[in-house]
Amino acid sequence: MRDALGAVQSVLVLGGSSEIGLAITRRLVQDRCRTVVLGVREPDAGATRAAVDDLRRAGATSVEAVRFDACDTATHQAVLDDVFERFGDIDLVVVAFGVLGEQTDFDTHPAHAVEAVQANYVGAVSAGLVTADRFRQQGHGTLLVLSSVAAERPRRSNYVYGSSKAGLDAFAQGLGDALVGTGGRVVVVRPGFVHSRMTEGMAAQPFATTPDAVAEAVVAGLQKGREIIWAPGILRWVFAVMRHLPRPLWRIVSAR
Amino acid sequence: MAQPATVTELEHCLDGLDGRGALARGLGRSYGDAAQNAGGRVIDTTGLASLELDAETGTVTASAGMDLDRLLRVLVPRGFFVPVTPGTRQVTVGGAIAADIHGKNHHRAGSWTDHVVSFRLLTPDGVVQQVSRDTDGELFRATAGGMGLTGVVLDATFRCPRIETSRLVVDTDRAADLDTVMALMEEGDRHYPYSVAWIDLVATGRHLGRSVLTSGRFARLDELPASSGDEALVFEPLELVGAPPGIPSGLLNPLTIRAFNELWYRKAPTRRRDELQTIAQFFHPLDGVRNWNRLYGPQGFLQWQCVVPFGAEATLRSMVERLARSGCPSFLAVLKRFGPGNDGYLSFPAPGWTLALDIPTGSTDLPRLLDELDTSVAEAGGRIYLAKDARLRPELLDAMYPQLPDWRRVRARVDPDGRLRSDLGRRLGLC
Repeated sequence: MRDALGAVQSVLVLGGSSEIGLAITRRLVQDRCRTVVLGVREPDAGATRAAVDDLRRAGATSVEAVRFDACDTATHQAVLDDVFERFGDIDLVVVAFGVLGEQTDFDTHPAHAVEAVQANYVGAVSAGLVTADRFRQQGHGTLLVLSSVAAERPRRSNYVYGSSKAGLDAFAQGLGDALVGTGGRVVVVRPGFVHSRMTEGMAAQPFATTPDAVAEAVVAGLQKGREIIWAPGILRWVFAVMRHLPRPLWRIVSAR
Repeated sequence: MAQPATVTELEHCLDGLDGRGALARGLGRSYGDAAQNAGGRVIDTTGLASLELDAETGTVTASAGMDLDRLLRVLVPRGFFVPVTPGTRQVTVGGAIAADIHGKNHHRAGSWTDHVVSFRLLTPDGVVQQVSRDTDGELFRATAGGMGLTGVVLDATFRCPRIETSRLVVDTDRAADLDTVMALMEEGDRHYPYSVAWIDLVATGRHLGRSVLTSGRFARLDELPASSGDEALVFEPLELVGAPPGIPSGLLNPLTIRAFNELWYRKAPTRRRDELQTIAQFFHPLDGVRNWNRLYGPQGFLQWQCVVPFGAEATLRSMVERLARSGCPSFLAVLKRFGPGNDGYLSFPAPGWTLALDIPTGSTDLPRLLDELDTSVAEAGGRIYLAKDARLRPELLDAMYPQLPDWRRVRARVDPDGRLRSDLGRRLGLC
């Protein structure tokens, strides 16, 4: 059960190998989260096992990895039902999966772009709606959706990714409104550029951050009952301006 | 939300439950999640509020939904008072049992269930039984302070003390620091049936723990001014003002709280004797401002109340220091000496010092600060008040409530399928 200061006792991470997802989970376990379920494509992979051990050492008493594939939407209902049946109330579900991809690759291989959009948007819509239904039944629960500042305005350099996150962001906000009064809530997280495996080798953007810093911002946002969490917080104001730049100017700024 | 309007409806309020279970609720003044049941049934008992008074013995039988406000409007003019009252009258008889509430007279009179003779309890098997210490002592002890998780109280019979007047003779002392107020209370509690100290948890250094102690007793008829003879037992509490909606978070911030506490301390007389106060003035300051909780804005506030046993004064002092030094200011905290506790398995009061505080929830340091305080309390052999809790780590519960295994045993007997559930219970692993 989530407490009055936003601390949760059980979490399900969809995309349980995501660095940001794991950083958030570690931070929640430090607090008082004791039940962790990682939804990953390969529950038996070495990295997953290491993450499970790591969370146990950090104090979680019940940690398990279950098979979850964001693109395999036909399985979502069964996978999520199984988790909610076996682990009891789930206080927080993190939608952490996502594909960044290379815009140049998408430009030449549209099929790859479709795959990325399938994961980032279609998979999240499916998992989000199934989760929302479970939240309605248990009368509480928070869906934490990892969106991106890229959702705020498309950039030439990653507009397929940006458009998928924009769709996800809009979906999450709408779902949050739909859940008002049911006990379920949706929190949208909009990180900026995060140093992680996903962005390895890329030139860092201004206000770059780390998975741990995002996790810290998420925990603070959950405590305050925020509906949208920017990480770092200043990006809220940066994008309040960027959103309204004339297109020619935005093209120059965003190409940097 | 079920709202039974007749006794029969109430007696069937546990029929046909699903896994999310059910929970009885009174006026919902628990600060935390004690009266919430996410996804399940919540039974609003306030639709049923009947009352029988035996004026010979002062024995009252009242339905669970009867609240202290209505109760006092009947009792006081007839020369009786409730055995125990908290800082608000917005508490029901059922809630008073579930939380085993206490008040300014705990050092003399104990807590609510000490005065309860018996109650009728509906258990999930659909059976209604009259429970007293003699008929089923275990169930009585599990229900007294059991947070509603052993059954639905339908009505209760309890004893009320006589009063000659509805006025109190109140003495006020301003204490410059923590040691002074503790010494005053230790000495004074022998003489006064009612006492409590407002403590300034923002002041540091030599002002650490400065307090305003008020102690009192009901006035005798001959102590009232001669002109008020006919109105000796009048009880007409006034609601002074209401807090409007739409107050932003942050109105109560470190600055304003510091200023308010300073003002509160300064305006108190250094030493005043024999002031006459009304019941509402003395006991129910919170009821004077309707919707006072709105002052904290949408972000809200937390209540935190602990008791540490006598002998652990060093722990109390270090907690007061930590609170005063922290950036999390507390608005008018309360310090009180408890007398002996009772045998309720989860009853909160225990012999020692109890400290209750309100804190705005905005600060990011708050979760860790309160976790540290909880640990200190547990290590000192004290406990946290479940009726006010909203964030305790469940790991600490066993140490704080050593009779928890007994409580669990009785609960397993009367509710084997775990049909009585609350968010507090889920969070702390009680159900």
